[in-house]
Amino acid sequence: MAVVAGAAALGARSARSHVITFDGVTKRYADGTVAVNDLHLEIPTGEITVLVGPSGCGKTTSLRMVNRMIDASEGKILLDGVDVQTIDPPTLRRGIGYVIQQAGLFPHRKIVDNVATVPYLLGWDKRKARTRAMELLERVGLDAGLAERYPFQLSGGQQQRVGVARALAADPPVLLMDEPFSAVDPVVRADLQDELIRLQNELNKTIVFVTHDIDEAVKLGDRVAVLRVGGTLAQVDDPETMLARPADDFVREFLGGDRGIRRLSFVPADLPLRGDLTVPIDAEVSEAAGAAASSAVSWLAVVDGEGRPRGWVSTEGLPPAGKVADLRLLPYGTFEVNGGSLRSALDAALLAPSGCAIAVDADGKVAGVATREELARATAKVAADGAAQPAPAEQAAQSEQAVPAEGAGRG
Amino acid sequence: MDEEPLIRWDWIGRNWPNIQSLLADHVVMAVLPVVFALLIALPLGLASVRWRWLYQPTVGVMNVVYSLPSLAVFIVLIPVTGLAERATVIVPLTFYALAVLIPAVVDGVASVPAHVRQSAVAMGFRPLRRLVSVELPIAVPVVLAGVRVATVSSISLVSVGALVGRGGLGYLFIDGWQRQFPTPIVVGIVLVVLLAVAADGLLVAAQRVLTPWSRARRAA
Repeated sequence: MAVVAGAAALGARSARSHVITFDGVTKRYADGTVAVNDLHLEIPTGEITVLVGPSGCGKTTSLRMVNRMIDASEGKILLDGVDVQTIDPPTLRRGIGYVIQQAGLFPHRKIVDNVATVPYLLGWDKRKARTRAMELLERVGLDAGLAERYPFQLSGGQQQRVGVARALAADPPVLLMDEPFSAVDPVVRADLQDELIRLQNELNKTIVFVTHDIDEAVKLGDRVAVLRVGGTLAQVDDPETMLARPADDFVREFLGGDRGIRRLSFVPADLPLRGDLTVPIDAEVSEAAGAAASSAVSWLAVVDGEGRPRGWVSTEGLPPAGKVADLRLLPYGTFEVNGGSLRSALDAALLAPSGCAIAVDADGKVAGVATREELARATAKVAADGAAQPAPAEQAAQSEQAVPAEGAGRG
Repeated sequence: MDEEPLIRWDWIGRNWPNIQSLLADHVVMAVLPVVFALLIALPLGLASVRWRWLYQPTVGVMNVVYSLPSLAVFIVLIPVTGLAERATVIVPLTFYALAVLIPAVVDGVASVPAHVRQSAVAMGFRPLRRLVSVELPIAVPVVLAGVRVATVSSISLVSVGALVGRGGLGYLFIDGWQRQFPTPIVVGIVLVVLLAVAADGLLVAAQRVLTPWSRARRAA
């Protein structure tokens, strides 16, 4: 009976949300340095929360306090409502995945055994642990042939994937990632980021991700927490809100330039599409001229027999006869009609002389054309939405001004 | 009068059983100190890693011991361990090997990259298991490098013991010198060198087998 009850309790535990709560957490070192200062932060279950900030902001310290690599000086960190201080550190750590910058693989163990590290620690049968490790290698996109190699035989990017696989081996609900992709080159980094997003869509882990790279934070985070030097929290928000309304000058500066454009990455491209601005590649030039005349446009998107885009043609100065295929096709850009962002649509428009963006479906077939006018309308709407609520910094500025104004009134 | 040849093969033939037993004695007196020293250096080295303040005094004492002339130590030990006893040679050589192996163990454990140690902690290793299954295996190449130096120097130092009556192949040097007869000296030198080369080769082979993962790293 006791065993059954225990198993039921475990089941209930894993079914529960895996919220991490920082409740007034401070880390003060013996020399008086304060790494983290009175941090209050709720890390929701099943999401990627990114802690980002310049060096010295306490982001890594905050992360390491979750699995007690560092103990907090004041305050509490709750994991599912349980104070981590009450859990034996090795036991706590085996239940939390951890990925670090240089992967931290064990050089003397084969890849498969590296991945199986935590299952071995948990006392799994060796065969079961290795089977699980092989599954995970596949899951993170690594060839099974790498399993019997040693870490030094792998590239940096591959090692980092092994690091992720190792962290996932015992299927922990929570994953801590400490600048895991910052030691690899930008191309590999982008791959690893995409891979993490894909994995997270399948796994729905509660992930705390530390980085100093705001672009990485904005790309990966469901929520982004910006910390400032001295270990205080500057702002927590979803990336779009943060780009639209940074809380103060520090966050604004940290977010960097192009905030407006970058924000469009989070706006879906729900654009009205026109179906009459396309012409099949095997059509006669006269048909194209007719279509252009009836729609009163000077550009048409050329579509091949499989419905894929081939380019734009200018309908001004068309030859009197011939095929569309013989005309000069001009460059074009596309965006995905389902799931594409307004930014990708704008980008597609900027790649074409027509200034219009070709919408394609998941198979790459043309779904229609978004015109310049519709793009302009959509971006104007985003701008209006962003401005609808005043930025917190502006509110603060206003209230600061209000005080002397009031005083002046009395005087 | 015939010039005495460098080697008289008939002498070797006649004395072969005797040479063999000197060789065996030499191997025992050279290898045991390294084994004992390794058994002592592991806990001492690990303690020095754990308690940093221990390291400097330990190495300091070991270096002073190392600087003592071996012959002097052999002579001092005679009243304790006896004349022409193996122990008279083995005890000092153990101390010499320790002087090499304690820093080797400390450096070996220090050679574990910080991110590896950290990830072991973060995976949930307890300290003892982390030491045994992560830190010590990674320290093996550095420790073995120390064992190679200690072994070769031990093989060469055993000969000095001949002056206190127990020197393995070293006896051949004294014998040859006293009788102005070069053959035993040449045989002794050749065997000591061969022994050192063989022992070193064995250790290199052991390292290949024990640490297949470190080969490319050393080449890099």
